Amino acid sequence: MAQAFVRSPAQVNITPPPPNTAAREAPSAGSLRMSVSKANFYYGSKQTLFEISMGIASSKVTALIGPSGCGKSTLLRTLNRMHETVRGARLEGEILLDGVNILTQDVTVLRRRVGMVFQRPNPFPKSIYDNVAYGPRINGSKMPISDAVEMSLRRAALWDEVKDHLHKSAYELSGGQQQRLCVARALAVEPEVLLLDEPCSALDPISTAKIEELLVQLKDLCTIVIVTHNMQQAARVSDYTAFLLTGQLIEFSPTPQLFTTPSDPRTEAYITGRFG
Amino acid sequence: MAVTATTVHGASPKAGSRTFLAKLRDGDEVARLITFLFAMFVVLIVVFLVFELWRQSALPRHKFGLAFLVSSVWDPVFDRFGALPFIYGTLVTSALALFLAVPLGIGSAIFLAELAPPRVSDMLQFLIELLAAVPSVIYGMLGIFILVPLMRQYIAPALKATLGFLPLFQGPAYGVGLLTAGIVLATMIVPYIISVSREILLSVPRDQREAALALGATRWESTWKVVVPYARAGILGSVFLALARALGETMAVTMVIGSTPVISSSLLSPGDSIASVIASQFTEATGDLYLQSLVELGLVLFLLTFILNGFARLLIVLTSQRGSGLENA
Amino acid sequence: MSTRVRWRKVVSHLMLAMTGVCALISVSVLFFILGYLAFHGGSAIHWEFFTKLPAPVGETGGGMANAIVGSAKLLALASLIGVPIGFFGGVYLAEFSGSRTAFVVRYSADLLNGVPSIVIGIFAYTILVLPFRHYSTLAGSFALALLMIPTTLRSTEDFLRSVPRSLREGAMALGASRWKTIISVVAPAAYRGILTAILLALARVAGETAPLLFTALGNRFWSPGWNQPTASLPVMIYQYALAPYEDWHEQAWAAGLVLLGLILVVNVIARGVLARGMAVPRS
Repeated sequence: MAQAFVRSPAQVNITPPPPNTAAREAPSAGSLRMSVSKANFYYGSKQTLFEISMGIASSKVTALIGPSGCGKSTLLRTLNRMHETVRGARLEGEILLDGVNILTQDVTVLRRRVGMVFQRPNPFPKSIYDNVAYGPRINGSKMPISDAVEMSLRRAALWDEVKDHLHKSAYELSGGQQQRLCVARALAVEPEVLLLDEPCSALDPISTAKIEELLVQLKDLCTIVIVTHNMQQAARVSDYTAFLLTGQLIEFSPTPQLFTTPSDPRTEAYITGRFG
Repeated sequence: MAVTATTVHGASPKAGSRTFLAKLRDGDEVARLITFLFAMFVVLIVVFLVFELWRQSALPRHKFGLAFLVSSVWDPVFDRFGALPFIYGTLVTSALALFLAVPLGIGSAIFLAELAPPRVSDMLQFLIELLAAVPSVIYGMLGIFILVPLMRQYIAPALKATLGFLPLFQGPAYGVGLLTAGIVLATMIVPYIISVSREILLSVPRDQREAALALGATRWESTWKVVVPYARAGILGSVFLALARALGETMAVTMVIGSTPVISSSLLSPGDSIASVIASQFTEATGDLYLQSLVELGLVLFLLTFILNGFARLLIVLTSQRGSGLENA
Repeated sequence: MSTRVRWRKVVSHLMLAMTGVCALISVSVLFFILGYLAFHGGSAIHWEFFTKLPAPVGETGGGMANAIVGSAKLLALASLIGVPIGFFGGVYLAEFSGSRTAFVVRYSADLLNGVPSIVIGIFAYTILVLPFRHYSTLAGSFALALLMIPTTLRSTEDFLRSVPRSLREGAMALGASRWKTIISVVAPAAYRGILTAILLALARVAGETAPLLFTALGNRFWSPGWNQPTASLPVMIYQYALAPYEDWHEQAWAAGLVLLGLILVVNVIARGVLARGMAVPRS
């Protein structure tokens, strides 16, 4: 009976929604900002990602969800090659950014184009200003640094709170503000894609709400990929959601569809809380 | 109604109500007492040390007062003693040693902490720690037999030929002198700077590096502009610690500094340091004033290293409390 | 790739290579020292070095038998004095003390650790040489013991503290008193680290010269008992290296090789074997 809904993970791709739902359309190949093709990831001799293939839609929010240890953070970190900072990590497969394989590109250039916000806020031990200015300073900036700083802080919805305290230490901010500072810092290099690895897991509900609001506004500026263990958050902010389980991509659909009519029984089990 | 008073026999006595003798029979109290005495011995020794340094330097302190610290005359024959040439020599050789050792040490520490694979890093660290175990007198011996002739025949003439217009490199070069002592000292303190700095760099949280790299920084930019500044206080602490060691280094310096109590602007000139004048003249000091002046020099050295070590430890503690601002969430 | 990025990458590779050069230089100093000592000292080592007394000044030949024995005596007595003080003091800090006394004791130990060894020599002189009006092995040993105490004390405390609570509680739940627990369970669990610290402290003071210069002084003959000045390897090296005789220089190299060899062997054994995997106390 469940046969109709079971697809082997390797065959799951973006498919048009069944005609009787009101789901939005899946992105066509032409509007993909990034795409992952048959990605296999190894840590030493242990394989942790299996034949992942998916597309990241341009100017949309894509969420990666799944239980602990399913590989969603690992997958996220391959998108800006941060996995290379760990010894013994190996990636096979292709990852394209605007059609060009990022694995053959220069990594510092890539990371300017694909930015990242981490799980715990990690501002540098510098002033608020210097934190945001760090990226433009090393990468070069088309506009004056102070303008870049202001623009980024405004985009991160932090400007009004810090504009009179730009030279104070970043550590004087609250946790939620520090995380928004990290968003501003990442935005300052004007990335095309922004990766967020469980950005709200260390924050209180109010700060979380502020960041979620931010993400929805930011997608006009850049493509967003967010890893989250909070399904409601994924349902709130994302346009597309990918569900991973033990290193495999189980299902990838427009968000409303995945959460109301998931095609795979495992997805349904996860989102209804039967495990995870 | 009969009220019977009951006494409970054999009950354990209330805490604090036992006699001293009763406590002694309990092995724990004896152990506590004995170990306490040993621990107090340490405290007493230190107090006694400072006391003796003070007491045994009474003569020159009363005779010269604070002028002792700024007088540059050291004349045992006429019983006039001043500490300035030795303070000068100590500071100059130590500064020189830092000038040479800090870049080398921090550079090596960066390599060991950031670049080298963990096993290579540990192996090299092991070798560096062996280097720190080499006694001072052996460095001194190598200094005399290798560095001094090198200095006299090649290095000093080369320096004079290129930088001789600076007063730093003028005057006759005998091989022994401030520069030679500085170089030997530098070799001796490098291991300390490396060991402490490496540990501190390794303790910088991973996510600082990752944040920098994720912004498109090169490895060097991430290291130099984020990791090292983060560890700034601790690295400075390691430098202070190394400086404190350099100040007190005796044998190697004595053997190559030239033992001449003069103050010269040239690094090629012989000089003397506090530790080395004590080492070379203590057993030959005739007369109480002479001997006690040397003791007073020891007191000065003690104070210098005491202050520096205090600073150093403060800085290292500060660095380990880094990032406590993150707890504001 | 823009030129700016290319330049930044060049700078990155260059600077990182430089740090590798720094590390290489730093480590090669060790090999240089060892090599030179082995080369010069190796040729001067012969049986006489270990068995004969120094020849009269001006004559060639002779050895450093008295210095070897002298160093051994100094170190033995220094350990006898310093190790118990350091060990039991450490036990007090780890097991019995309140926080205020602990602070005072620790601070004193750290202070003592930072005192330059020559100043320690002055102190030993004032209390053990001056009153008795002669130099002695005892005074030298005392000075060396003071150098051993701080690291022994801190290491003992640290290693005792690192023994897990569960071990102590297991013993005490069986009815063992505090001190029985320490002797039978805690100390044995921590012994490797403590022994390492003691060995390293010993290796360090074996090479110390400055505090001996005016306590044990030196001696061209045997030094019976503990009340006479005695020769020691480091002081002999110092004296022979500074002397004008070529023959003495050779003997200084030999002595240096022997001394450094012993120190390094102890270090390698202590750090590499005994303390495998543990945090090693820094001298």
